[in-house]
Amino acid sequence: METRVKGKLLAFRGDEAVAEAMRQINPDVVAAYPITPQTETVQAFSQFVANGEVDTEFIAVESEHAAMSACIGAAAAGGRAQTATSGPGLALMWEMLWVASGMRLPIVMPVVNRTLSAPINILCDHSDSMGARDAGWLQLYAESMQEAYDNTIQAVRIAEHPRVMLPIMSCLDGFILGHSFEPIEILPDEAVREFVGTYKPGYSLLDVDHPVTYGPIDFHGHFFEHKRQQVDGMESAPEVVLQVGREFGELTGRYYGLTEGYELEDADFVIVALGSVTGTIKTVVDDLRQQGQRVGLLRIRCFRPFPAQEIAQALGNKKAVAVLDRSLSFGAQAHQVYLEVVTALYTHGYAPKVVNYVYGIGGRDTLPHEVEQVYRELAEVDKTGVIQPVVRYLTVRE
Amino acid sequence: MKAKGWKELTTQGALIAEPGNSDTYETGSWRSRRPKFIPEKCSHCFICWVFCPEGSIRVEDEKMVGIDLRYCKGCGICATECPRDAIEMGEEFVAEKGA
Ligand code: SF4
Ligand code: SF4
Repeated sequence: METRVKGKLLAFRGDEAVAEAMRQINPDVVAAYPITPQTETVQAFSQFVANGEVDTEFIAVESEHAAMSACIGAAAAGGRAQTATSGPGLALMWEMLWVASGMRLPIVMPVVNRTLSAPINILCDHSDSMGARDAGWLQLYAESMQEAYDNTIQAVRIAEHPRVMLPIMSCLDGFILGHSFEPIEILPDEAVREFVGTYKPGYSLLDVDHPVTYGPIDFHGHFFEHKRQQVDGMESAPEVVLQVGREFGELTGRYYGLTEGYELEDADFVIVALGSVTGTIKTVVDDLRQQGQRVGLLRIRCFRPFPAQEIAQALGNKKAVAVLDRSLSFGAQAHQVYLEVVTALYTHGYAPKVVNYVYGIGGRDTLPHEVEQVYRELAEVDKTGVIQPVVRYLTVRE
Repeated sequence: MKAKGWKELTTQGALIAEPGNSDTYETGSWRSRRPKFIPEKCSHCFICWVFCPEGSIRVEDEKMVGIDLRYCKGCGICATECPRDAIEMGEEFVAEKGA
């Protein structure tokens, strides 16, 4: 049966494409505070509200802490709740991020990645969402504006799956994806509404005939068990991400998994990365392949939960691997994505040579010739067998 | 009651789905001080009944008849508020032994 729908190809900024997805999802509540570089998302969405194009209750809150608190209340009441944020806004939500995941509320939040001050900087890196990686939220990272739109729609289904019931961040790189234009296939409204379906929460704070208690005190007696149960929600998610990605593919022709391999299978030298830089890496891979070099890319789409087995098996027998991190974990041996990848390899019995590259901090561009440099250095690592220095800083001036 | 393992939990996020279950939580189980009611001094004014945060003052036929020790947490508010000193606080340990 042909179920594939045809959308309309329209020029959109990433931020607005995300707002468009939110309009089509038509959530019950959106509580948000504008912050660069997410502003256009909230601006466009509040316009939809003003025009009566959505049924959403829009709450113009006084801060991001309030935005997340309002989403928590709305989700506990049984509503579909969404917000969007960036950098310092996400930082201000910190306390409530844990409340949202601990209460198992499937809130969807596009995060338009921005670095954290100081010094003051509004541009892209992943310090914000990587800093929140342990907060119990699922995290998807988009390569393109199209994927940012697609991920935001899929996020609803993933988060609300009864075995998952966890909030989710749909991450897109600030400015690079958020503010640039790209032709995006926007699906028909009915197709999106049908895909996300109607949310049927198990409980509602407003159901006075079946009163329940949300967020009770929970000390040494049961808190640990509830947290272990929350881990189980996360562990159930990969299957759901795959299932939803498959269904989305059947609908649109764009299939999504936990990771994406690009010229990966027979590659000797592989870069592992997430976010928009993977688009640049793909063009470099194409160029180098033309010259006969066996290079490839492993793009991580789903960082939380981390698809360890899939990644370990894909990288286990490579000659040399470079893991790219767009955020710093100060004082750690290496940075966030690298540590995950190396742990996955070690625990699955593999020991390829793996180096860590920090790139793009505070909005620094990463150009094709710099990606080529990484592949060149991987060949060197393989030739000499020396991985030191393990952590390398791409494009930083000495 | 045996404490549940995480696989036995019937709701997510520590949600409590049965209303009124504070009945089964006996706040008297961790009391360290115990009130003693002295009926001869009592005028049945019910000030203790108004103030007790646990609803532990037992009233029958419009008379204060005693304290429900399953829920009394030993806070001593009743003894402080009683205008007739008809409630005295003592050590739970001593009270148990000496009663
Ligand atoms: S000691 Fe406190 S809890 Fe116990 S009966 Fe008096 S007021 Fe109530
Ligand atoms: S406050 Fe004192 S006098 Fe009044 S009812 Fe209670 S015990 Fe009796």
